[in-house]
Amino acid sequence: MTDLTASPANAAAPRPSSLLTLDARTKRRNAAEARFRMMGAIAVAIAVLALVGLLVSILGNGLSSFRQTHVTLEVFLDPAKLDKAGDRDPAKIAKVTTFGYAPLIQAAMQTAIEKAGATTEGVNAKQAAGLISDEAAATLRRFVMAHPERIGETLSFPMLANGRVDGYFKGRVTMESAALDRNISPEQLQLADKLRAAGVIEMKFNWGLFTAPDASDTRPEAAGLGVAILGSAYMMLIVLVLALPIGVAASIYLEEFAPKNRWTDLIEVNISNLAAVPSIVFGILGLAVFINFVGLPQSAPIVGGLVLTLMTLPTIIIATRAALKAVPPSIRDAALGVGASKMQSIMHHVLPLAAPGILTGTIIGLAQALGETAPLLLIGMVAFVREYPGAPPEGFFDPASALPVQVYNWTQRGDPAFIERASGAIIVLLIFLMAMNIIAIILRRRFERRW
Amino acid sequence: MNMYDSPEREAKLDQKATKISARNVQVYYGETHALKDVSVDIQDKTVTAFIGPSGCGKSTFLRCINRMNDTIDSCRVEGTILLEGEDIYDRRVDPVQLRAKVGMVFQKPNPFPKSIYDNVAYGPRIHGLARNKAELDDIVERALRRGAIWNEVKDRLQSPGTGLSGGQQQRLCIARAVATEPEVLLMDEPCSALDPIATAQVEELIDELRQDYSVVIVTHSMQQAARVSQKTAFFHLGNLVEFGDTDQIFTRPQDSRTESYITGRIG
Repeated sequence: MTDLTASPANAAAPRPSSLLTLDARTKRRNAAEARFRMMGAIAVAIAVLALVGLLVSILGNGLSSFRQTHVTLEVFLDPAKLDKAGDRDPAKIAKVTTFGYAPLIQAAMQTAIEKAGATTEGVNAKQAAGLISDEAAATLRRFVMAHPERIGETLSFPMLANGRVDGYFKGRVTMESAALDRNISPEQLQLADKLRAAGVIEMKFNWGLFTAPDASDTRPEAAGLGVAILGSAYMMLIVLVLALPIGVAASIYLEEFAPKNRWTDLIEVNISNLAAVPSIVFGILGLAVFINFVGLPQSAPIVGGLVLTLMTLPTIIIATRAALKAVPPSIRDAALGVGASKMQSIMHHVLPLAAPGILTGTIIGLAQALGETAPLLLIGMVAFVREYPGAPPEGFFDPASALPVQVYNWTQRGDPAFIERASGAIIVLLIFLMAMNIIAIILRRRFERRW
Repeated sequence: MNMYDSPEREAKLDQKATKISARNVQVYYGETHALKDVSVDIQDKTVTAFIGPSGCGKSTFLRCINRMNDTIDSCRVEGTILLEGEDIYDRRVDPVQLRAKVGMVFQKPNPFPKSIYDNVAYGPRIHGLARNKAELDDIVERALRRGAIWNEVKDRLQSPGTGLSGGQQQRLCIARAVATEPEVLLMDEPCSALDPIATAQVEELIDELRQDYSVVIVTHSMQQAARVSQKTAFFHLGNLVEFGDTDQIFTRPQDSRTESYITGRIG
């Protein structure tokens, strides 16, 4: 055995005599590996920290927007004020503006204060009613317009509290800041404290955030994402219906049927380039083509959907082509070998195998489109829209907003309550994105699990 | 049989009918001349083996017979290949119909990621060979029996074909190929991915298939060629060097290159 270790081949490169000790070269290699592993771990840690920081900041700012201060009042729908003629004629009732409802709320507030046994030093009746949102009168008026027969009754209404009062209970507004604020006084806040103790004011889950439309600058408490969610949903529907079939068909043609020549090379390069085009450019394109040339209405989900479709197409095409390429050629051979036509081999075998990849690509594209803001700004979706769009397909042509645009819009407003709302809207947006990703994962699993 | 028998002459001498007749077949991949002037007659109900070193063009020629080379863009085929007297490269021939007549089994077992039943039923379905479910069941059973795999899978026809062992998968692929009632069965190194036991099963199967089909098999194993085939063709560097009875090729090769190859000096 000794003559084996002393053979010329081994003598050229000296080996360690024992396996139990490390030679310098092995040590260096191990150290390099350890360093590389550590750098990787640090990179992951930085990424996780950034994500945690982001989530903490958004959740910290936005979670409170899911709860809203409500004031429940017994309102006497006074016929003398709402329906002087007494004939319940809707046309006449409609003549009473929201200003006509303010005294009812004021009176109801006084009753509630008396019932609660709260003292109102330094707060007059009008200021006491100021604890309630301006939106309340409009809500009340809508109810009366819908149910004129109930005039004369005393009904219990949950009403939105003023944004400042809401902020006070959430810790955003303090006595000190209220002293400097023209919209609210410390005395009003003291009254609010007493009413809360009496159960007149309470925090409830903020359904309005999901259902209400946007509100003006002075009523942050009434602002909701209803129109934005609906607009985003419409656009996603348009993107899905247009981008998925067009993208998949284009990919199949390019990948399976197109001859390989200069033209297809050019198309391929351009598709890759389109994926990298800044999204605002697509907005300019949408403005020039869909609005100015075709004449589609501004702010409409149809235009937004078309623009986002253009933006999503490259993503879907690239993902689909990758998925098609990943299908083993042996499957195509097998299908062709038993006499399937090219089309049959693709439809029956290649496409089902590529489906998980195509789905993932599509949902990633959709998620990207859902969060896209810039192109929508240019086609007018940033406008203040209070009217809900109608049901599809007509609703596609009505003005609407979109979730990310609503976030952008709210962060531009002066009232700090809107910052809270914007953070809440971001959380809603993130929940939608997460839901989409989870759907993608579930679909993927289901398709892949079958075999 | 004398020493100077040409392939054509030998075909005439044989009692069996010529199934495939190739004349002066040239194949180019782009600029590469992959197959040079190949002329060969393949008989019905016979196993014909193509042997030769890697890259000699035997698989290329096999893929010419059912026009699988059409799927390769840069590939160009010249010359004529007649299947029962009809030129398969005629403009009027749809490769889809041709491939229903000329089935193919590939090197790597490639069952569809579907159930065993669907794997076999796929060909008959797309060619409309069955009028109803019962007929289709019948075809599937017959094909699986002919693939010598029926007894192993009859209780789990609905389980995935990819879940079978390698040898079973390859026999499933053979069953799938015979399900469309082809006349010729092409096999491209069908046993190269299989262990010796599975190989023996597949070889036995090939011998049985000879009763009904003309089988053409490409193989790297000379023993396999000697065991299963009646005719052997030796390819080298794109040329058909020698074609004749398997016994004769292996015992009395007439070309020095054939001799070198079968004795292991080139390859």
